[in-house]
Amino acid sequence: MAKVLVVTSGKGGVGKTTSSAALGAALAHGGDKVVVIDFDVGLRNLDLVMGAERRVVFDLINVVQGDAKLSQALIRDKRLENLSLLPASQTRDKDALTEEGVARVLKDLREKFDWIICDSPAGIERGATMAMRHADVAVVVTNPEVSSVRDSDRIIGLLDSKTEKAENGDRIEKHLLLTRYDPARAERGEMLKVEDVLEILSIPLIGIIPESEEVLRASNMGSPVTLNNPSSAPGRAYFDAARRLKGETVELTIPSDKRSLLGKLFGRRAA
Amino acid sequence: MSLMSFFNRRTSAPVARERLQILLAHERGIVGGKPDLVAQLREEILAVVRRHVMVEHQNVQVKMNRDADISTLEIEVEIPGPTPVGAR
Repeated sequence: MAKVLVVTSGKGGVGKTTSSAALGAALAHGGDKVVVIDFDVGLRNLDLVMGAERRVVFDLINVVQGDAKLSQALIRDKRLENLSLLPASQTRDKDALTEEGVARVLKDLREKFDWIICDSPAGIERGATMAMRHADVAVVVTNPEVSSVRDSDRIIGLLDSKTEKAENGDRIEKHLLLTRYDPARAERGEMLKVEDVLEILSIPLIGIIPESEEVLRASNMGSPVTLNNPSSAPGRAYFDAARRLKGETVELTIPSDKRSLLGKLFGRRAA
Repeated sequence: MSLMSFFNRRTSAPVARERLQILLAHERGIVGGKPDLVAQLREEILAVVRRHVMVEHQNVQVKMNRDADISTLEIEVEIPGPTPVGAR
């Protein structure tokens, strides 16, 4: 049965789009049919991160308003044939997203895909509420940093009150994805630890993505980090998170990029 | 960074953790249904005091201070002094 998954955070810049693309590609790599939808109307970027920016013709708003068919707006990934993208509109504003329209598009997508990943915009306004509205599962992307944790707490509150599931008395499945984590700094007491964030937010952990140069490298290339460099630390961490989303039990480790001693000594400075 | 400050440096993550715990305990309370506790307290306290003494709205100060273990509510009511004899 198809699952609608929202990738959300409240705060901007914590890695929602990176995570949507990476998890989408990881799930598709495992054989599932996946579509990733950009809900950031007016500031779309998922197309760029996934390397499809030159192939956008129609978008989510066109489909919501009936100006284009779903099949016309869906962009199939060039690397993985079972991965698709539904881009956001760059010219319209978020009010064009009607609840009924979004519900209808998601209903159609549920028939074609196993996973429908909704990449939420930052904030708690219409785009963000529409992205979470019909979700079955939520991945809350959080950085180990005070403002991100606070905003995640707020978003968890909204997931428990403003989603369709919550209004029907159901509980939405929520998972924490801790991104940009630096185990060495956490160990030195310079960064909130995994346990700190877990204790404060009290939702189960789906993965820890270590801070890594590979993430920027992948977005430069227009490729999800799980495809651009699957064996990199963030690549492996996202693959593990995707397996946990599918219900597998995967031991929780924080992968690290392999570095030679010389690389350790000089690598950071050069970056 | 001087050598002294390097050795004296206290870790910042525990501070972040404690600040978040206090803040979120409060913010979750707000979402739970008491939108503006301090303003409401101010109005009700003013009403009680006014049954006995006439005080102006601006002369009632209500402050809430939240801490990890205890929170304090500070109420300051400025009561007008006796009317000067000459004023009658």
